[in-house]
Amino acid sequence: MKVGVVTFPGSNCDYDAYAAIKHVLGEEVEFLWHKSADLLGSDIVILPGGFSYGDYLRSGAIAKFSPIMEKVIAFAENGGLVMGICNGFQILTESGLLPGALMRNTHLRFSCKYVYVRVENNTTAFTRHLKQGEVLKIPIAHNEGNYYHFADEIKKLEAHGQVVFRYCTRDGEITPEANPNGSINNIAGICNREGNILGMMPHPERAVEHILGSADGLRLFESLRAVLASSGVSVEAQ
Amino acid sequence: MTNHKTAVVYVRLKDGVLDPQGVTIHKALTQMGYDDFTSVRTGRFFELEIKADSEDIDRKIDEVCSKLLANPVIETYTVEKR
Repeated sequence: MKVGVVTFPGSNCDYDAYAAIKHVLGEEVEFLWHKSADLLGSDIVILPGGFSYGDYLRSGAIAKFSPIMEKVIAFAENGGLVMGICNGFQILTESGLLPGALMRNTHLRFSCKYVYVRVENNTTAFTRHLKQGEVLKIPIAHNEGNYYHFADEIKKLEAHGQVVFRYCTRDGEITPEANPNGSINNIAGICNREGNILGMMPHPERAVEHILGSADGLRLFESLRAVLASSGVSVEAQ
Repeated sequence: MTNHKTAVVYVRLKDGVLDPQGVTIHKALTQMGYDDFTSVRTGRFFELEIKADSEDIDRKIDEVCSKLLANPVIETYTVEKR
């Protein structure tokens, strides 16, 4: 398994993702520079958290025009596995790879804390080795994580099982109190209809060892590894 | 060629999209004693200075608005040329 982690100017979780893959998971990983147009044969591309291009205009709005994103979009549309974390999720919605938008948290504060999320769809490559309804403890750190889309579009997302994670209580209950940013239906992460593109506000790469407070995030990467190993095929990165 | 020198683009949230900043500003105004307003909506504007020899500028402004300046999922825009 080879993972490519994109570094945009202003990315600040690229090293966390790199370390999680290389040192904790023990798999191959490369940084992909935003100005390059080469995915270096990656099986999976991670768009990491941070403040790409200073979050100027809107979070993720400028990053979508970088040379690497042209390749990432083609890779994703060809069925390649792409995971956008936090700012990476914002880039995915701005690029049109995922529906909806991430708006300012309703309480207008930057929220940085551990939250609980419930696995709502364990059929994606990212979650196949998790249990349906299982609760994970993963941190968030964002100012614009408030997932929004129009009511009929939300209905479609729900109907197609595209909601992958939902903010919940420790016991897995979906309550307004467990929602840290005002997201519709407590949405914390979604995928595209085909399930090869995942966007999530919580940071799994920051929860990969018990000393960090939780190792639950590692299980997403382990799931990806298991899926890639069992399928034996991957989409060729251009 | 265009006779206009400046395009002012106003970007605002679509009707029905919650504007938490607007809500907070409205609350602040009410607390300050200005109870004359039923709501506040925020937005932003861009001033684009147009080159004198520019061609087909209306189409291009429309393109930059929908591609970059506004997020069509949640925002609308209007253009005023001066």
